[in-house]
Amino acid sequence: MNMSAAIQLDPMLPAPYVVRQVTKETPDTFTLTLESSQGNDGSRFEPGQFSMLWVFGVGELPISISGDPAEHGRLTYTVRSVGQATHALVSREVGCGIGVRGPFGRGWPIEQARGRDVIVVAGGIGLAPLRPVIYHVLRNRKQYGRLVILYGARSPGELLYRRELAAWARQPDTQVLTSVDYGGLRWHGHVGVVTTLFKYARLQPSRSVAMICGPEIMMRFVTRELENNGLQRQDIYLSMERNMKCGIGFCGHCQYGPHFICKDGPVFPFNVIRPLMDKYEL
Amino acid sequence: METLERIIVQHPFFAGLDSSHLALLTGCASNRRFRAGEYILKEGFEANEFYVIRSGRVALEIFEPHRPPIVVETLSDGDILGWSWLLPPYIWRFHAHAVIETRAIALDGKCLREKCEQNHDLGYELLKRFARIVAQRLEATRLQLADVYAVK
Repeated sequence: MNMSAAIQLDPMLPAPYVVRQVTKETPDTFTLTLESSQGNDGSRFEPGQFSMLWVFGVGELPISISGDPAEHGRLTYTVRSVGQATHALVSREVGCGIGVRGPFGRGWPIEQARGRDVIVVAGGIGLAPLRPVIYHVLRNRKQYGRLVILYGARSPGELLYRRELAAWARQPDTQVLTSVDYGGLRWHGHVGVVTTLFKYARLQPSRSVAMICGPEIMMRFVTRELENNGLQRQDIYLSMERNMKCGIGFCGHCQYGPHFICKDGPVFPFNVIRPLMDKYEL
Repeated sequence: METLERIIVQHPFFAGLDSSHLALLTGCASNRRFRAGEYILKEGFEANEFYVIRSGRVALEIFEPHRPPIVVETLSDGDILGWSWLLPPYIWRFHAHAVIETRAIALDGKCLREKCEQNHDLGYELLKRFARIVAQRLEATRLQLADVYAVK
């Protein structure tokens, strides 16, 4: 058995990848594009899935894939530097090696959303796991209804993918609304939390599927707003985050009630996890 | 061209008001247009109007001498601007300026205050509607204060 086949058989064994591109998105957030150093195409993934990225000598991190699922041969990750391991990850230069396990988990319901409007609600770095959905919907435009993207960030300088947001807004049947909590003198857009954008979005709740990713407190308020707007809980999906280690439901680090975030999620229907969201200990 | 009456009748804020109340409100309404950068209201000045924003964007800001204003919230199409006209001492608490060209309907708050004193049904209906807006903005402000996107 060659090394490549062994890697595919053992999900605990990282495959060697090489950093091909590093893009600075905000002062502390970077997008890394990786290619397999063995030439095999291990880049197929479903929007919403994540990989375990191994920074040799530092540690391993669960990071959502933020690239285009139709673009094969590369894996793209957007990482915010918030600690030692993420700082080491975003500090990798072009040509550096990184170990990759995965992709893991259940992604966004792109099949169930076919023929319906797609409402994407993101906060901060939460836009990264949702970007593959946006790519997918725009690439398969006729298979979906309207695409509504509501995106909130702390400040204008912390908005991800600003050029792409502007480009998406120009696409047919696509509404992009962004808001920041703290604007500055040069910011002429919305100021206020992301939930204040709903009143400007022309939602059709009975024919919509909503996908949310952001801080959990934000998601709680967003789900409330979506329900106020008439969406059913089974049509609302959230990407949850917990301390994931093995990525395949063995270790139990990411257990969330009866679920493992890494295996049963990270994307869950709201009606499934709603009862768990009130439990302090979870 | 849409008449003031039609705009008011169709606006969700006024939904459910009976025709006599709507006629009364229309009588206190006028069309306004603000250029980009123009101030609509200023902190410390008498608050005698409120606005239904038809189109555009308005920044609500805190004024601080020698420093750039702090924009705490923006309002846009369909939003209601201003509730200080309803509560003593009827003084604006914030500045508000048009970020882009903005069209609005101004409602004469001074006139409405008098009518509300005479007609408590109208007063109660208006208070209920403003209370809902105040509650929504308070909730949004609390979430904003939580600074949820910050690294914890």
